Amino acid sequence: MSLHAAIRLPDRDLDLVLDVASGRTLAVLGPNGAGKSSSLSAVAGLLRPESGEIRLDDRVVFSDSGSGRSQWVPPHDRGVALLAQEARLFPHLSVCDNVAFGPRSTGMRRGQSREAARRWLAEVDGVDLGRRRPSALSGGQAQRVALARALAAQPRLLLLDEPLSALDVDAAPALRQLLRRVLRDRTTVLVTHDILDAVLLADDVAVVEGGRVIEQGPTSQVLTRPTSAFAARIAGLNLVRGVARGTSVVTVTGLRVEGLTDEPLQEGQEAVAVFTPSAVSVFRRPPEGSPRNVIAAQVTELEPHGHQVRVRTPHLSADVTPAAVAELGLAPGTPVVLSVKASEVAVYGV
Amino acid sequence: MTARRRPLGLPVWVFLPALVGGAFVVLPLLSMLTRIEWGRFGALVTSPSSVAALGLSLRTSLLSTALCVLFGVPMAVVLARAQFRGQALARALVLLPLVLPPVVGGIALLYTFGRRGLLGHTFEVLGVHVAFTTTAVVLAQTFVALPFLVVSLEGALRTGGTRYEDVAATLGARPTTVFLRVTLPLVLPGLASGAVLAFARSLGEFGATITFAGSLQGVTRTLPLEIYLQRETDPQAAVALSLVLVVVATVVVTLTRRSRTVL
Repeated sequence: MSLHAAIRLPDRDLDLVLDVASGRTLAVLGPNGAGKSSSLSAVAGLLRPESGEIRLDDRVVFSDSGSGRSQWVPPHDRGVALLAQEARLFPHLSVCDNVAFGPRSTGMRRGQSREAARRWLAEVDGVDLGRRRPSALSGGQAQRVALARALAAQPRLLLLDEPLSALDVDAAPALRQLLRRVLRDRTTVLVTHDILDAVLLADDVAVVEGGRVIEQGPTSQVLTRPTSAFAARIAGLNLVRGVARGTSVVTVTGLRVEGLTDEPLQEGQEAVAVFTPSAVSVFRRPPEGSPRNVIAAQVTELEPHGHQVRVRTPHLSADVTPAAVAELGLAPGTPVVLSVKASEVAVYGV
Repeated sequence: MTARRRPLGLPVWVFLPALVGGAFVVLPLLSMLTRIEWGRFGALVTSPSSVAALGLSLRTSLLSTALCVLFGVPMAVVLARAQFRGQALARALVLLPLVLPPVVGGIALLYTFGRRGLLGHTFEVLGVHVAFTTTAVVLAQTFVALPFLVVSLEGALRTGGTRYEDVAATLGARPTTVFLRVTLPLVLPGLASGAVLAFARSLGEFGATITFAGSLQGVTRTLPLEIYLQRETDPQAAVALSLVLVVVATVVVTLTRRSRTVL
C-alpha cells in the first residue's frame, strides 16, 4: 500500500510531506531533533498533527485543514506497525505470546495465533526463543522478536524508527540482513541516522532537517550526489556498484573491490561494496605488502572535513591528515593510488 | 539485586534526629507491650465481643477493599491516562478524604445516605436502610481508603508510561484489549500494594465509622471501636486488642513492601 503524509506540527516546527509508493522503502535521514520520530508517530496514530492529511492508499486516516471538519482513525485501526529503537517487548508475556499479540488482538484464537507466532519467529530465525521471557533475551534477539511481532500483526505499512541504533556492533549486521529480506516487497518508512541502513534497505531517501524535507530522491542519487549540506556530510560513504565475483564487486569499467560478505553471494548478481573514506589510504606509488584493493585515480578536489582533509577522486574519496596532504604534495590533478583493506569493505548483494 | 550499594557519605549529625524520630514511633509500641498482662491475654482477645469485632473488621475491610479496587482502578486510569478539562480539580477532590478528618467524612456520608440524606430518601423508598448498618461500615471504610488505592495506582501508571500501550495499539489491539492485556498486568504490583494499603486503612478506620455507622456489637462495632469502648471499662482488654491490630498492621506493611520489591 502507498503512503501519503502531509504533517504540520507548528509547536515542533514540523512541516513536511512524505510519499512512499507501494512496496517501496523510504529512508528518512536527518540529524537528531529534525522531526523524524514525530513524523512516524503521526503516521502510526500516536501523535495528532495540528493539521495536514495522512492517506494510506485512498483511505484518509487523518485530515484536518485547520478549519472545520477533521478526520481521525485510531492507531489500532490503521494497519500500521511501528518498530522502535528499543524492542519494547511486553515484559509479562513470553516471546511466543508477544509475537501472538497482534493476531490475538484482531480476533484469532489462541491456538491459531500461537501457530502464526511460530511461523513469524521462524521468519526471524527465532523459533528456539519462543518459551523465553523478554528479560532473558540479548538486545539483538529482542529486536528480532519485536520485528516478528510487528510482522505478525500483518501491517500494510511498516514503520521502523532507528531499529538498529540500540544494538551493539556485532548484532546490527545480522538484523540488517534480516531486514533486507523482509522489507523487500513491503511498504516501509525507515527512520535512521546510519547511512548504511539507507544504502542497503531503502529504495528512496528523504533528508529531513529542521522539520522540513530538504532533499528527496532515489537512494543512489541522493547519496552519491547530495545537494544538501547534511546529506553531503553523512553521505561521504564510498559506494562501488557492480556485479559479484567471489567476495568482490567488479564494476563495468573493470574496477575490482574485494571485501567481506555476511552471506554468500551468487556469481554475477548485482552487488555493492561500501566503505568509509577514513578506511582509504592515499599513496603516490603502489604500496607493497598486505593484500589490499589498489585503485589508481586522480585527485579532483581537497576539502576540510573536521580535523582531516577529504581527498576526492572521480569515484572515491579518502580522509587523510593535513600533514599527509603536505607530505604527499596533493593538489587537484595529482595522480594517486588509493588503497583499502578488504577487511574494511562490506560487500552486499542488492 | 544482590550487589550491595555503597553507603553514601551521609553527614553524621543526620543520624541523631533520625534516631529520635525512630524512637518516637517505636517507644509507644514497646510501652504498650509492657502493660499487657500476658496471663489474661488469650482470654481477653478471645472474648465474644473481641472475636465479633475482629471478625466484623476483617469482613468489612475485605469488602471495602474489593469496592476500592472495583472503582479505584478505573478512577486511577482516568486520572493517569485521560485528558479532560478540570482534571487537576478532579484529582484534588478524589484525594480529599486523605486529608479530611474522618469524622467530617462520616458526617458527609450521613447527609448523603442517612435517613434524611440526599440519597437516603431514595434508598428509604426502596426499603434499604444504610445508616447504622454493616453496609454503612463498608461505605465509611471505602470512603476513607479509596484515595490510598487511587494514589498508589496512579503513581504506578504514570511511572510505567504509555510505551507498551502504544505498541499494543499499533499491533491492532482495541482500547479494551490494551487495558486488559497490557495496562492492568503491568501495574499489578502497584495495584497489589494499593489494595493492601486500602485494606490497612479500612482496618484502622474509626472516625467515619462511629459517626455514620454507630457502634452496635456484631453489626457496626469494628475492632478500633471495640478498643475505644473497652478502654473505658477494661483497659487491659483494650491494650490486648491493640496488640492484635499492631500485629495485623505489621503483616500488612511487610506484604506491601514485598509486593513493591517484585517490581
